[in-house]
Amino acid sequence: MATTSIVNRREFLKKGAAGGAALVVGFYLPSDSFGDQTQEQEKKTPNPFNAWVHITPDDSVTILIDKSEMGQGIVTSLAMLLAEELELDWKKIRTEFAPAAPVYFNPLFGLQGTGGSTSVRASWGPLTKAGAAAREMLIAAAARKWNVEPSACYAENGAVVHTATQKRMGYGALVVEAAGLPVPANPKLKDPKDYKYIGKPVKRLDTPVKVNGKAGFGIDVRLPNIQHAVVARCPVFGGKVKSFDDSKAKAVRGVKQVLQISSGVAVIADNTWSAMQGRSSLQIEWDEGVNAAVSSESIRKLYLERVEQAGAIARKDGDADAALASAAKKIEAVYEVPFLAHATMEPMNCAADVRPDGCDIYAPTQFQTFAQMTGAKITGLKPEQVRVHTTFLGGGFGRRAEQDFVAEAVEISKGAGAPVQVTWTREDDIQHDFYRPAVYSKLVAGLDVDGWPVAWKSRIVSPSIMSRFFPGSVKNGLDGTSVEGQANSKYGIPNFLVEYVLTETGVPVGFWRSVGNSQNGYIAECFVEELAKASGKDPFEFRRKLLANAPRHRGVLELAAAKAGWGQPLPAGHTRGIAVVESFGSYVAEVAEVSFNRGSGEIRVHRVVCAVDCGRYVNPDTIAAQMEGGIAFGLTAALKGQITINKGRVQQSNFHDYEMLRLNEMPKVEVHIVPSNEAPGGIGEPGTPPIAPAVCNAIFAATGKPIRRLPIRAEDLA
Amino acid sequence: MAISFTLNGKPQTVDVSPDMPLLWVLRDTLNMTGTKFGCGMALCGACTVHINGEATRSCITQISSVAGKKVTTIEGLSADGSHPVQQAWMEEDVPQCGYCQSGQIMSAVALLSKKANPSDADIDDAMSGNICRCGTYQRIRKAIHKAAALQSGKSKSAA
Repeated sequence: MATTSIVNRREFLKKGAAGGAALVVGFYLPSDSFGDQTQEQEKKTPNPFNAWVHITPDDSVTILIDKSEMGQGIVTSLAMLLAEELELDWKKIRTEFAPAAPVYFNPLFGLQGTGGSTSVRASWGPLTKAGAAAREMLIAAAARKWNVEPSACYAENGAVVHTATQKRMGYGALVVEAAGLPVPANPKLKDPKDYKYIGKPVKRLDTPVKVNGKAGFGIDVRLPNIQHAVVARCPVFGGKVKSFDDSKAKAVRGVKQVLQISSGVAVIADNTWSAMQGRSSLQIEWDEGVNAAVSSESIRKLYLERVEQAGAIARKDGDADAALASAAKKIEAVYEVPFLAHATMEPMNCAADVRPDGCDIYAPTQFQTFAQMTGAKITGLKPEQVRVHTTFLGGGFGRRAEQDFVAEAVEISKGAGAPVQVTWTREDDIQHDFYRPAVYSKLVAGLDVDGWPVAWKSRIVSPSIMSRFFPGSVKNGLDGTSVEGQANSKYGIPNFLVEYVLTETGVPVGFWRSVGNSQNGYIAECFVEELAKASGKDPFEFRRKLLANAPRHRGVLELAAAKAGWGQPLPAGHTRGIAVVESFGSYVAEVAEVSFNRGSGEIRVHRVVCAVDCGRYVNPDTIAAQMEGGIAFGLTAALKGQITINKGRVQQSNFHDYEMLRLNEMPKVEVHIVPSNEAPGGIGEPGTPPIAPAVCNAIFAATGKPIRRLPIRAEDLA
Repeated sequence: MAISFTLNGKPQTVDVSPDMPLLWVLRDTLNMTGTKFGCGMALCGACTVHINGEATRSCITQISSVAGKKVTTIEGLSADGSHPVQQAWMEEDVPQCGYCQSGQIMSAVALLSKKANPSDADIDDAMSGNICRCGTYQRIRKAIHKAAALQSGKSKSAA
């Protein structure tokens, strides 16, 4: 397993201020090794009335949200955590996205950011504590005014009440005095049995603005005198501008300026469409660089060579080779998955206003600290002169952890001397992504005479995300994100070896919803299915037995199987498959009910029963929504997703050749939550990994042929 | 060239290139950003508006073709989010990231104006042109059925 090294804040700031070196920090998003962060107590508690909640004399309440809202419901979940302890009147709550500031550093990252399904895990402790501290401060202020003991008062619904007299005073009348009181270091937290919001279904706070068009996404930022830019980027990864002729582009109505920037040539106009027209009229000669001949075939050839080489050891239990040599039966397989684009519905974009004395960045970003550092590096300003305004994110899925779109906006605004919004077209977005890595994995397992596995040996070949994003976290050629989902297997197999062969391809790779689990969950759960088949055992019972010492895996497996009616008859032509994957501290099992047409290659997923154990949770309706969404995301990849490369370029460009699951293809999803008192787990990503193997295993059950590469093709159904 | 049309019930004139798509006139010329850019090729439905009551992809609709017509955007659906489709969307808590939802809602409203009580097959037909990457489809379907019920309740109580 990869190491966990959470960067020291002071160290990070020092490095960051030195000019962009901040990207080189030791950091890894381990799936299951955070421990119980709800118990994490900050050494020095910030004043909650500065950091987390602004209350005005008219009793209006604004909660600051320090995580990015990209659909995962975090605005509501964080507000619930704070409101619970602060006894706020839920109907009066407003929320606002927090600026970039050290007080908002995610304790699991050591910087301000949203990813790795960490938000609730990172915030439960600090926000409940902040809410309780603010409540105690407000009670203390009221007690002073009434000249009574604080213990003679309590808080409810946005007011402090004197128990004996039932005198009430709204928080608005108390806040000025309360905010000046010392912040209690260890405020008393509520007994969970008294929770009003946490653990109950609460309607999302951001729904009203998302049904009337008023939610402000990055692409919607409109500043006075803002100009609109699009950028022509080299179609080949890593290529550069050699020369360009902008005379025709400048003749396009509305085009104001053409600028060369680091990523290509920017066309700036008074509207986005004119900028796009201008870009089409540019004549650019590219220096295509070292990747000009890279293709999907050349990458596969490279993987085939690399898989024969020994890799970094990610897990080694017992002696897999010896166990294989004496096994009664050996099963071998090669699994492959392609590069995948994120395809957030809101294409990449960012607005920036660079002035000599400061810079404002309006960004749909997952990483505010990086955005601030990026702005500081490009402008030469100090980080505190760079203000980051986080907008709603029209999807994130890991894509908005990157800074390429922020850097472009800052560079263009600086060059143009005006506020500028850079907008990517869908083609830009699909062809200039940081892709889910393409992976080649060779596996061999040995079964004993009774059909139980005695050895599992896997070698994984793929590019590394962390070697670019957080190089310090890659030790001895091992990127933990590349092996998660296989190396942390909880199947009771005594001899277990997972190796990783880090192989760069020239295609940039990045975090894609559920990261390594997206491919390794598929590979591991399909290979386990092959072992079950080889042993002649029922795949559910086979897993259940092998997970004897993994109660939470087994819990969701059994619940999903029971709710799906595992073993019960199915409608004619339907088949069923199951998979269970733990990721980001949560356990998810899914049973997919599938039918398919061998002739047309059409696959229908009719029903998915999902069981999830994410420990203690905030909002059950959000969990259901994230499971539904995670399943749709994983199903898109299983049935359709494929980015291919030719001549160093991505061959797909828009939704006609990089297709998304559509409404008529959406299965009926049922979500069942396991009650739990365990530490909270993540919820944005864990719904994704089990669906591809559940669907593949359903088809395998019907055809007898395992599906060893994604997306599923018509020939896999024969 | 000056082009006049009716936008959310009010007369509107813009002076832009006649081939500029309605989407960008709305978003950049008029700063009405509720209508979204998703693909530019009528593949995703994020830009859906109504032109003379028909659900239309504004990203491929030249502004010159809109002259004299009635355009309704998400901003014009109701003053206060009280349209039955918006109400149903809130009751089912449909949106996740929310980016595609203006287009989803405009497609759903157009469907319900033609079929007061759509079947699942009708919903498949009318809504499969609108992509939601967050996968809110199950809730969209439920919300359309709910909106149909809300609308029929309203028309009954009005009768």
